[in-house]
Amino acid sequence: MRWSEVTPRSLYVRRREFLKLGAGSALALSLPAFARAKVEHGPKLAGVTANPNYALAEEKKNSFEDITTYNNFYELGSDKSDPSENAGKLQTRPWTVSVEGEVGKPRKWDIEEILKSFPIEERVYRLRCVEAWSMVIPWDGFPLADFLKKHDPTSRAKYVAFESAVQPQMPGVKGYAGIPFPYLEGLRIDEAMHPLSLLVVGLYGEALPNQDGAPIRLVVPWKYGFKSAKSIVKIRLQESQPPTTWNQYGGGAEYGFYANVNPDVDHPRWSQARERRIGELLRRKTLMFNGYSEVASLYAGLDLRKFY
Amino acid sequence: MKKALVPAAFAACCVPLLWFAVQAATSGLGANPVEELLNDLGYTAFVLLALTLACTPLQTVAGWNWPIRIRKLLGDFCFFYACLHMLTYVVIDQGLDFKAVATDVLKHKFIFLGMATWLLLLPLAVTSTRGWQRRLGFRRWKRLHRLVYLVGGLASFHFLLRFKTPRVETIAWMGVICVLLLVRAVAAVRRRAGMVQSP
Repeated sequence: MRWSEVTPRSLYVRRREFLKLGAGSALALSLPAFARAKVEHGPKLAGVTANPNYALAEEKKNSFEDITTYNNFYELGSDKSDPSENAGKLQTRPWTVSVEGEVGKPRKWDIEEILKSFPIEERVYRLRCVEAWSMVIPWDGFPLADFLKKHDPTSRAKYVAFESAVQPQMPGVKGYAGIPFPYLEGLRIDEAMHPLSLLVVGLYGEALPNQDGAPIRLVVPWKYGFKSAKSIVKIRLQESQPPTTWNQYGGGAEYGFYANVNPDVDHPRWSQARERRIGELLRRKTLMFNGYSEVASLYAGLDLRKFY
Repeated sequence: MKKALVPAAFAACCVPLLWFAVQAATSGLGANPVEELLNDLGYTAFVLLALTLACTPLQTVAGWNWPIRIRKLLGDFCFFYACLHMLTYVVIDQGLDFKAVATDVLKHKFIFLGMATWLLLLPLAVTSTRGWQRRLGFRRWKRLHRLVYLVGGLASFHFLLRFKTPRVETIAWMGVICVLLLVRAVAAVRRRAGMVQSP
């Protein structure tokens, strides 16, 4: 045997390392978290009043633990348990939200000013994820319409674009996550002005946990959860339809701009006819517009199979 | 030592099942236990499939014969976990709604690939015994069991489609399956060229 045929020691050692790494990561991957991340509670929000019109008394609310340990928040990691485990990686103070574009009064808000300026109400909403699971969540917030009206939208404001925070220490934004950041979402102006659309700052009467989109997020209950952008830093009113993350990703293959909950339009990879309510074993039927039929008039004359 | 190999491999293959049982009993499966169980069972089946496919290349490349002695066991356990995975989907996830299952399988390639993988594993598991090897004749048996290469490809794509975006780990696993199949292809070409004697 010639010396050239002998594997150099450096490579040989690395091969061992590689094998060890492979075995180690295979083991780690096959060991799902034994215990769920410990649930941390935030400070109580002052002066929250329950809005009786959105009490949703017939539904059983999901536990604080469910709502704070089963999350989709790619900036904090792509597994459901990642956002709660990495919650500390999101820095929520200082925090500014800038409102710009087609408005008479553009403004940079400090989050504390927002919290002082709008009366916070509790609303219990159904949340339907595009992945066919759902929860019932008591949010604390105020109508998006009240917030937008403060800035005098112009007649050219046809759409509202939302941008989520990107902070370098967030584990999901480093390297490859499958989607580009910042996370972008958008609504038509009439959707944004609908009384159901909420800017949320709390959960169960407590300051919004980081993994749920602290310090301020959108909640649009008749659309799939991904439309409700988390940790918002910019709100831009504009004339053209804004690009959105899941609409843009993969040439628009993943989902449409509207993303209204619709049991008759399948996801490319699964049916949307039924959903699993977290806490229940068997699936239940998915309701059109997630049960919020009052929004149907927004889409009169629009082919919802085409504009899904 | 040699005698302990098969029982040890058997015990190791039982560990994931016991682990999932403990987790299910201690609510360690999280807020969506059905989804978690589906993922865990599918992943276990996939890893066992990769291990099964690794036995022959380990013999070809490293000259180890011991993996061949547990190949049938690994393959059988792969099928066992694949069955639990499929049954969790049909019985718990879909609540035995066969119409929904049929629509799902036909309309969505993610589910189609999963079901196709299980269906192809079925004849391999049934004929994995010595008796079937004899009944079919070794040549025909071997030809039938080459289906496992296709199973590897289908399972990889099924795994890839599980996530909204292609993930590093799934792509890495696809790479592993590719390498394992490639080793065979190279060995076959070399055998045909008469460079190496068939073992």
